[in-house]
Amino acid sequence: MDVELRGITKRFGPVTANDDVNLTIRAGEVLGLLGENGAGKSTMMNILSGLYSPDEGQILIDGKPVDFEGPGDGIAAGIGMVHQHFMLVPVFTVAENVILGVEPTGRFDYLDLATARKQVRDINEKYGLQVDPDALIEDLPVGIQQRVEILKVLFRSAEVLILDEPTAVLTPQEVEEFFGIVKSLRDAGKAIVFITHKLHEIIEIADRINVLRGGRITGEGDPKTLTENQLAEMMVGRPVSFDVKKGPFDPKETLLEVKNLVVLRENDEIAVNHASFHVRSGEVVGIAGVQGNGQSALIEAVTGLHHVTAGSISFLGKDITNASARERHRMGMAHIPEDRHKSGMISNFTIYENMVLNTYYDDRFSNGPNIKWPEVLKTAAQYAIDFDVRTPSVYLKAGNLSGGNQQKMVVARELERETKLVIAAQPTRGLDVGSIEYIHSRLMDARDEGDGVIIVSSELDEIMSLSDRILVMFEGRIVAEFDATAGPVDKNAVGLAMAGAHE
Amino acid sequence: MTDTSNRDTLTAKLLQRAAPGRAEFEDLVIVPIFAVIVALIVGALVMLATAVDIQTIGRSYLALLQGSVGSINSLSETLTSAIPLVLAGLGLALGFRAGLFNIGAEGQIIVGGIAAVIVGFSFPGMPWIIHLPLALLAGAVAGGLYASIAGWLRAATGAHEVISTIMLNLISYRLLDYMLGLTWMQREGRSDPVSKSVVPSAELPRLLTDIDPNLRLHAGIFVMIGAVILVYWLLFKTKTGFEFRASGENPDAARYAGMRASLIIVLAMATAGALAGLAGANQVLGVLERATPGFSAGIGFDAISVALLGRSHPIGVLFAGLLFGALEAGGRQMQVDAGVSIDLIGIIQALIIVFIAAPLLVRAIFPWGFRKPAERKE
Repeated sequence: MDVELRGITKRFGPVTANDDVNLTIRAGEVLGLLGENGAGKSTMMNILSGLYSPDEGQILIDGKPVDFEGPGDGIAAGIGMVHQHFMLVPVFTVAENVILGVEPTGRFDYLDLATARKQVRDINEKYGLQVDPDALIEDLPVGIQQRVEILKVLFRSAEVLILDEPTAVLTPQEVEEFFGIVKSLRDAGKAIVFITHKLHEIIEIADRINVLRGGRITGEGDPKTLTENQLAEMMVGRPVSFDVKKGPFDPKETLLEVKNLVVLRENDEIAVNHASFHVRSGEVVGIAGVQGNGQSALIEAVTGLHHVTAGSISFLGKDITNASARERHRMGMAHIPEDRHKSGMISNFTIYENMVLNTYYDDRFSNGPNIKWPEVLKTAAQYAIDFDVRTPSVYLKAGNLSGGNQQKMVVARELERETKLVIAAQPTRGLDVGSIEYIHSRLMDARDEGDGVIIVSSELDEIMSLSDRILVMFEGRIVAEFDATAGPVDKNAVGLAMAGAHE
Repeated sequence: MTDTSNRDTLTAKLLQRAAPGRAEFEDLVIVPIFAVIVALIVGALVMLATAVDIQTIGRSYLALLQGSVGSINSLSETLTSAIPLVLAGLGLALGFRAGLFNIGAEGQIIVGGIAAVIVGFSFPGMPWIIHLPLALLAGAVAGGLYASIAGWLRAATGAHEVISTIMLNLISYRLLDYMLGLTWMQREGRSDPVSKSVVPSAELPRLLTDIDPNLRLHAGIFVMIGAVILVYWLLFKTKTGFEFRASGENPDAARYAGMRASLIIVLAMATAGALAGLAGANQVLGVLERATPGFSAGIGFDAISVALLGRSHPIGVLFAGLLFGALEAGGRQMQVDAGVSIDLIGIIQALIIVFIAAPLLVRAIFPWGFRKPAERKE
């Protein structure tokens, strides 16, 4: 089945999200769709799946114009979307999830699970998905859950599959397997739209690439001839540097010393299992690992947000195992939280309020019980300029900023003061190339000025390009350490350690 | 050179405050006005449905207007009714801002009122300049302490404040009944549960007796105005207020910013309770001059509506309190003039809240009052 978008324009008030977009999706082909956040990728895919109707333009399926009126029409026409965030019922089995909403039923609404399981098994075999139809979703790793999402759209006889940032949650090994599945789907004649902002992936998997910027298609090409730099330039609109500039590696005194740290989760499961490591002045320590292997708990324990069950943490030569988050913050620990919406900022607060969210009590900004708002405003404007937070005014609610600008706001707040140790958790998750480049360079500036930097990321590339030393966490333990200053680290070895192969 | 001047222009631009948008104006002014109008219309329909004839409905709304703002006496009654609503409403608004849904204003009013009345009758002969502030303070402290119980339960055990404050309300009713029967509390020579009277030195003096001795407006209005200013300052100008608002908007981010959630919860509850306690003190020292069973008269619950209607903003609470005070004073007049039950006022108050809470409904009824949704997305 071929799908063509012809002259699609979609406006939201004064904002034009899609501007005269032409796109062809062909059966038996992987179309890579590349674009920054806000480039209009989601709008376009929502039009394609029937959620929005375009203001101008047409959708043609096999040459015939179609008119989608609701979200159900897309899948009915054979266009299925695999969302970045899974929509699965954790306590249901794979088969139950797959049939949800289109259950095969017998007489008196009898749920025909046997048929369902057989159908699921057939699809499984046809495309080599290797998912047990009777497994409970909550017992499955993310990589397999994603395959269940693919099963769901295949079960609904989709001929076109839209995959929205599918690799964001996978380990490098899982990505390889996933690409295998994508290729077998393509070879079976399905049309695939692969949405991502990861350049090397799109070059590897796509047969054809379209780049979207500012709602328009700004580039089109053959992945065999295009380079990452060319693609990035099409995506951002200016040359982008991938080489993170950093000074010579010159570590000084140890700033942070973590010894035999044990941290428990709320349900008394072990989150961090006897972890020991140190961070020196002027070095970047990257903590790699698949999400959910204890990195978050480790960071929360180091920053004073999570109770430590055993072990010790010392910072600047002082034991801080039981110090409050604020004490550590005052000692020069900066923390860029992994989830800025949940814990890094307050969407309903203005930018200037967010800029002093953890320094408002400081003498600079307060006088007795009062906050010196004029001072706060002036400082916030300076921070915004220094960190390239693009906003019309600091009075704007933080929730109205784009993701990249929100993150730059958080980074500005954390770095614009005397820091000794910078802890950045997923500092660039979900950001566009331009913001990533900027935040990386600010983190490296901190390192070159003599701060210790800890970077936690599920993006292995990010860890590899920034770190002087790489620690790998698996099931709460630090299972491997790699020195990146001596020479390039074997990415495969790190990936294997992330998957637990070091045992 | 150009770089610095460039930077200065940029700074100036960033510090510019956008004029309040049309959308805000619609939210804060047009929706409430229309909500009141719709509520009055539906109120009329309710009266029609209960077989009240059109003439009487007209007379009752005229009485509502006259009884609330039609004369000095009505204005005095409106303000007198508004004072405790605004005070307690401020407390609730402050709690809402901090993310605490305090249903306990009624109990805090009772406990504050009891404390104020005890101080009020216990020290005859004390100069009023000490006695009155002392009685008010007693009310505030008692209300604050009573509310802190719920705050402490929440902070220490996670018990939800909605449940615990409702329970504390029930306890306070019985506490009042019990105390009114105590020999040192009960008025001499009375068998029914009525407390001793507050001595004049602890009374909130009436302000307009020179014009007409029947005018009940009392000095509590200054307490009310002071409280509005105090709460505004606390919420928007101080570190504590910043912490309250941050924890209310996003407790996780507040924790990450090093704020201490448990302390904030107890502090916010105590402040809210102190304001409700002041409302109670205001009633016994300014209006009733004694404590009687049920003297709180549901003010603590009406104050929830006032705080919601006022969008948990001190100025909003002031206006909402005045509106509810006017409805109450006008409602009494309505009952006298047109013989319509005062319960109708309760219905109208409830309808106003329903329509405020459903702005989309109001927009649908009065489409010409609002700009089209598409134009609103800026």
